[in-house]
Amino acid sequence: MSMKKLATPLALFTASALALTGCASNNPTSGAPAASGAAGALSGSISGAGASSQEQAMTAWSTGFKAVQSGVTVQYNSVGSGSGRKNFLAGQVAFAGSDAALKTDEYEASKALCGPQGAFSIPAYVSPIAIAYNLKDVKGLKLDADTAAKIFKGTITTWNDPAIAALNAGVTLPATKITVVHRSDDSGTTENFTDYLAQAASTVWTDAKAQKWPIAGQESAQGTSGVVKLITATDGAVGYADESAVGALGTAQVKVGDAYVGPSAAGAAKAVELSKPVGGQAANDLAVKLDRKPTDSSAYPIVLVSYHIFCNTYKDAATANMVKAFGKYVVSDAGQKAAAAAAKNAPLSAKLSADAAAAIDKITAAS
Amino acid sequence: MAAPEVVAPPLVAADDSRGRFGDSFFRTLTLAAGILIFGILALVSLYLIIESLAAITASPDKLSSGQPFWAYVAPIALGTLMCATIAIVLSTPVSIAVALFISHYAPARVSKPVGYVIDILAAIPSVVFGAWGMTTFGPGLVPFYTWLSQVCAPIPGLNQVFGTASTTGRTLLTASIVLAIMILPIITSQCREIFIQTPRLHEEAALALGSTKWDMIKATVFPFARNGIVSAVMLGLGRALGETMAVTLVLAPGILTANLIGVGNMTIPAEIALNYPEAFGMRQSELIAAGLILFVITLGVNMIARWIVSRYAEFSGAN
Amino acid sequence: MATNVIENGARANVLSSNTLPRWASAACIAGSAAASGLIFALAGWNTPLFAILAALLYLAAWTILNAAVRGGRHGSNAFWATLVWVAFFLALVPLVSIIWTVVSNGVRGLTTFGFLGSDMTGITGVQDQAAAAGQAGVLGGIQHALVGSLLITLVATLISVPIGLLTSIWLVEYSRGSWLARLITFLVDVMTGIPSIVAGLFAAGVLMTYFNLIGGGYSGGKQVMGFTAAIALSVLMIPVVVRSTEEMLRVVPNELREASYALGVRKWRTILRVVIPTAISGIASGVTLAIARVAGETAPILLTAGMATSTNWNVFKGWMMTLPVYIYQQLMRPTAPSAPDPSTQRAWGAALVLILIVMGLNLIARAIAAAFAPKTSGR
Repeated sequence: MSMKKLATPLALFTASALALTGCASNNPTSGAPAASGAAGALSGSISGAGASSQEQAMTAWSTGFKAVQSGVTVQYNSVGSGSGRKNFLAGQVAFAGSDAALKTDEYEASKALCGPQGAFSIPAYVSPIAIAYNLKDVKGLKLDADTAAKIFKGTITTWNDPAIAALNAGVTLPATKITVVHRSDDSGTTENFTDYLAQAASTVWTDAKAQKWPIAGQESAQGTSGVVKLITATDGAVGYADESAVGALGTAQVKVGDAYVGPSAAGAAKAVELSKPVGGQAANDLAVKLDRKPTDSSAYPIVLVSYHIFCNTYKDAATANMVKAFGKYVVSDAGQKAAAAAAKNAPLSAKLSADAAAAIDKITAAS
Repeated sequence: MAAPEVVAPPLVAADDSRGRFGDSFFRTLTLAAGILIFGILALVSLYLIIESLAAITASPDKLSSGQPFWAYVAPIALGTLMCATIAIVLSTPVSIAVALFISHYAPARVSKPVGYVIDILAAIPSVVFGAWGMTTFGPGLVPFYTWLSQVCAPIPGLNQVFGTASTTGRTLLTASIVLAIMILPIITSQCREIFIQTPRLHEEAALALGSTKWDMIKATVFPFARNGIVSAVMLGLGRALGETMAVTLVLAPGILTANLIGVGNMTIPAEIALNYPEAFGMRQSELIAAGLILFVITLGVNMIARWIVSRYAEFSGAN
Repeated sequence: MATNVIENGARANVLSSNTLPRWASAACIAGSAAASGLIFALAGWNTPLFAILAALLYLAAWTILNAAVRGGRHGSNAFWATLVWVAFFLALVPLVSIIWTVVSNGVRGLTTFGFLGSDMTGITGVQDQAAAAGQAGVLGGIQHALVGSLLITLVATLISVPIGLLTSIWLVEYSRGSWLARLITFLVDVMTGIPSIVAGLFAAGVLMTYFNLIGGGYSGGKQVMGFTAAIALSVLMIPVVVRSTEEMLRVVPNELREASYALGVRKWRTILRVVIPTAISGIASGVTLAIARVAGETAPILLTAGMATSTNWNVFKGWMMTLPVYIYQQLMRPTAPSAPDPSTQRAWGAALVLILIVMGLNLIARAIAAAFAPKTSGR
């Protein structure tokens, strides 16, 4: 019938189109030493799902891991932290990437899948969040938490407001209107940024931390790249975005202790190291409660920490071994450097890296 | 569910049993396809209802907004309707005109390539429309919005609709226009197919009576195509109601406001697409429930359209 | 087709009414443009406003001229004809702008060596940073997304076109307005309202339940595959196919069916040999629209087929990538956040490829339609 006849040329077209693409892949297996094929004893594939914040780092990790364990394929679907944790708890993926550690009820739920020890979270991806602004002639704007909160709340409306000028002696600030740009999608970046404002400027910023931006009536855009594009296109705009993506935009220095600190990888790693463990879950859980008001001015407090969530006990040994090897590679010096080179995020500090490796070593298989 | 109807007296008796089998087989086959659709939809509805029940029945303090579910969903439902309505109102007349242009006005050697280009446009992924709206079109509208806002400022009513202008052009009106451009090829393509099916005899009869071209179109093409136009517009509306990418990229969402050229408003599909990834537990259920509401809205709109069509049912060729 | 005959419509009355010379229209256009140009030359130039004013002036002048010289009917004829032309050019502006954006941005990506022949295996931010700094070419391609898109769309089409076509045949030819027909029409309408993300969630849920059942309560993510995505897309595609096909079958003149029945042809053969060939051009166009509708979907694919970086030819096993997901990912989350240009280039290249594919499908559909359409040479 006619549809069968329709299908034939359709298939032909498909085939010819595919033939066009059939030439050999010419990509480098980047980071892989020449000894490919020989490395590693494991083989198989593991899947992860979760936060899109660590997607670029994950690309670097799965590529780099090929050099360590050439037989293992790691794939990652950046469906978002919430969906990632849900998929993980439903046993759909071997690990989750998440901008937030497991919540208490999720930890309880994980015991069904991961044995009596449940699941645990490991900080794997640290990224400083910059306050980025578009003012042509102003470099290295200085802000304290209260002023930043007022700007983002919309109570300071022009750049030459006395409150900003007081912190930036000697800088000529324009009378441009401030356009605040936030993320229109729910995101871990927003949660960490509002957490900073809520903790460090608690008198001004009375909203609790949230994935959804709490202030109505401001400009917004989807995703980090959307925010950066919008700030870049709008004179006088200010917003928050991962420091790696802000490009040529100015980034504000925030007041830490008595000094002003700009976003940097080292500062971010320091802030995570200074933070306290959350505790209350699995013994090897390394989730941290970030300290947004450090007094040590080598720390930069607006930081996003994205976790990897693993099971303590996997059903089969093959998965357990692969997950263990991959998890340890990620937190290792090599893994963190590979991610930093690709995604320009902040590598974990040596101490945290060692703790994480020890925690991951506790993974076992049920059979 | 009557027995297969006898459409013509059998002329060749020997062929009869085979022919009858063919008829009943084909009829059953087509009916089975229809029932399959019923099954799929029953499953989808079941899935939607089960997943959203938790949010609809939950007490307000368990929901992310801290308000009852209906208070959460009503503004975004209204936003969806506003956005889709503007898009349809802008798009329909232009689409019909372009379809007429292709079928009746353009010279033959122009109309074919133009029709082809329109079909291709229907294929451009919405993320591309979104990217175009975000980087090119939205910012380009800012001066126009500023002007509109100034002109309308002293006029009561209009100064609510065209209030304070956005500085970035990321507004509901921009999103609606982008949607209008997106659904234009869909409506045009369907309308054109219907228009060129207008019986030639009708057209020639009208012309022979001394009609001008426009009189002829009014007298023959439009009555013939009325059902088809409504159906095409409904297809476009379905797309406009359900569109996510173009809206998420173009709109700076916010609370419901009558101001079309300022920050604010949100549509259900965009709300789902933006927030689903990071959602968990009750929030996910809330978003799926919002999807259920969109489902119901589309249903209502379609029922109205069917009702309109049924009033003109006598023009169907197959009744 | 139809245009050939009615092209002379306006001239059919040449003998019975006053006429305007052939150059009148051109003169009117020139006059309107000149008047508009003069105004904006004095008041400050603005190209869009100039075009709008010129069009309005022409609309008014041409209508009045026709009404005055040839009578009111011709005035309204001229008015509407002008509106149709203006609408056409109005619609052309944004559409051409979009096509231009895609083509001009996409050509560089498409013509990069290895773009079609390689996937994203091994491409990290390091390569992109090097490319952005000019130290290397832009690596990485869309092979995985191209394969995924073609296979998933093909499977979705194979599922939904027969179902959609058969359903619409039943609705138009057999149902005769029964309660079941009304119910199915109603359901198809409901289906057009399924948000695409819900279709994705639904397909993932159904297949997960299936694998849970056969896997003893543990699906292990086996349902993440191209076929699941194809099911999600079918849910979106079927209503579009039914709606457009139904409309096209309905406009097939009853005289044709009756003529066929009168010759003793069975109903099912009449449908296959007379009704469908007559409507095939519209059906093909509707199917193309349906394919185009789903070929650009992003959200349901992410939920059902995962996000692969390497090529996978097996629809029934393993993660897949599609072009829209690829475009979205490269545009919104560049491989190297600090150097997004190579990703942007790949994204536009992929968008161009996607459009070319649908163009190809459209051409094929039209060729099929032409091959099946009834011969019209005798008319």
